[in-house]
Amino acid sequence: MNENHVLIRTVGLTRNYAMGAEVVHALRGVDLEIHRGEYVAIMGPSGSGKSTFMNLVGCLDTPSGGQYWLNGVEVSQMSDDELARIRNREIGFVFQTFNLLPRATSLHNVELPLIYGGVAAKERRDRAAGALEAVGLADRMGHKPAELSGGQRQRVAIARALVTEPSIILADEPTGNLDSQTSEEIMKVFTELNDRHGQTIVMVTHEHDIAAHAKRVVTLHDGVISSDRQQTA
Amino acid sequence: MPFLEAVRLALGMIRAQKLKSFFSLVGAFIGVTFLIGVVTIVNGMDRYMKEDFAAKLFGVNTFTLRYRPFVNIGEEPSREQRREWWRRPRLKIADYEFLASHLDLDVLVGVESSSQPEVVVGNKRSRSIEARGVSESHFRIRKIDIAQGRVFTQPEVEHGANVVVIGSEVADKFFEHLDPIGRTIRVGDFPYRIIGVAKSQGKVFGISLDRFVIAPYTSQIKRVVNPHNVVDGIVVKAPDPATMAAARTEVEELMRVRRGLRPGQPDNFTFETADDVLSFWAKIARILYTALPALVGISLVVGGIVIMNIMLMAVSERTREIGIRKSLGARRRDILRQFLVEATTLSTVGAALGIVSGIGLAELVNAATPLPATVSLGSIVVAVFLGVGVGVVSGVYPASRAARLDPVAALRYE
Repeated sequence: MNENHVLIRTVGLTRNYAMGAEVVHALRGVDLEIHRGEYVAIMGPSGSGKSTFMNLVGCLDTPSGGQYWLNGVEVSQMSDDELARIRNREIGFVFQTFNLLPRATSLHNVELPLIYGGVAAKERRDRAAGALEAVGLADRMGHKPAELSGGQRQRVAIARALVTEPSIILADEPTGNLDSQTSEEIMKVFTELNDRHGQTIVMVTHEHDIAAHAKRVVTLHDGVISSDRQQTA
Repeated sequence: MPFLEAVRLALGMIRAQKLKSFFSLVGAFIGVTFLIGVVTIVNGMDRYMKEDFAAKLFGVNTFTLRYRPFVNIGEEPSREQRREWWRRPRLKIADYEFLASHLDLDVLVGVESSSQPEVVVGNKRSRSIEARGVSESHFRIRKIDIAQGRVFTQPEVEHGANVVVIGSEVADKFFEHLDPIGRTIRVGDFPYRIIGVAKSQGKVFGISLDRFVIAPYTSQIKRVVNPHNVVDGIVVKAPDPATMAAARTEVEELMRVRRGLRPGQPDNFTFETADDVLSFWAKIARILYTALPALVGISLVVGGIVIMNIMLMAVSERTREIGIRKSLGARRRDILRQFLVEATTLSTVGAALGIVSGIGLAELVNAATPLPATVSLGSIVVAVFLGVGVGVVSGVYPASRAARLDPVAALRYE
């Protein structure tokens, strides 16, 4: 594959936390390349470092050592504000607990990243409405999260992640709070995004049947990659 | 995030948490109400003292020569002072005539004496009417306009004619529906013919200025109001302050010469002007204006502390929201601005309500008291600035705490 298509490249990525006097090594040197259009599941038991890895990839956190290139730009040494810009433009988050603003309507929740991106009000509204339509929630724009089902909330969150047309969707246990039927529906949305639009997706999960939807499974163990394999859905 | 977006968000937050918001803006509210209320009342009193009290009672550019001060302001005079006053020679009609003929400045000179004899018309009688014996210049000096009839003339004064001009309240009291002109009124047992009714002059501190009868000082009532040719005061009205000062110097010199006072000997007479009253009032006003910022300051500081606490609470309550916003690309300054605008909006809304209630307070004072309370634009401007300022100052710390939150920790916060 062409070097240009490498979206995520980490070299010797480490992350240490100070827990009192002790230093916890959450990541001990992760080398990974993810290409445009891939659908990757990151697996591993709790404490394996997958959440830490996710935070680093999502530019929410900065590494203790090693390097990280996102879309050809080294982000491991960036300032807070620069990271905020990267999060806004390049990354769309989907969280286990949805993380919608409870007092805001679906439309406003989806508009939020565009507000921080400095998009004008009219365009913002149109794009947010378009994203909600794309996830099948055209008739729920004025509803607040409390008035929606779990599956609908996660769809709003996916619309919010998509609305900025990011390079990657980062999903952190996206079905962790959903029943199995709703989980399947959400997985269908991800699969469709990847198949039809070539959307790059990186998903953290500990459930094998959820990971089965991805085309590549990376397993972390004690802060290092223990396996990395392609699979056919 | 654009500024207007932040304001909209803040207003939404205030609407969503009405009670909490009310408590947080109550400090700014009280401070501003107080500021506007007090400034309005003091301003009103100031105008009142200058325009009504001083002008009506003492007159503009006017001084009165008396044998001792009639109005004591500030400190009580000492016993020696009182004794010295009693030893002074009284002012006589001859003094007035002397001054009137010797003052060569362009001023009005008049004589005034008053008393409260019984006033009778038919079977109605009163003992609370001021009877004045004056020269014909009195009407011009005291700016008494005539509603009906005329004032008396110099020949009438010279002849001691028993004619009288009555105040509007006296006219209302004795001649309800009748025309008083030409009718007889008995002042201290002397029958007088009414030749004029004065226009109403209103009230000062609730005391009517229209309960008087004015007669020539040479007429019969001189036995009551200025017995033995002793007069209460000799009044000089000048067209401007400079002439007034010059006239005062001239009167002082004339009187000293007339009384044979040697250089170094103090005057044995006194000048009374509106300035005495006004300078005393200025002292009070200065105290009020010095105390005011302290009082307003205290309530604003308390208000600011309340807002700061509420905002710190809001930051910890909304830690997760801050995490979400950061994950979506909010920079530090976006979060900082959001919370700063929220604090400022709170205090500004408080200030706005304070302005409304301050104006209400002023209207109340206007309606309930004789003080002319008008809200000054300046105090509103100051109030708005203070309101915004309190919000900014008390919002900075909580907002910067919010802005510095670590996104990972904030997202994990329950």
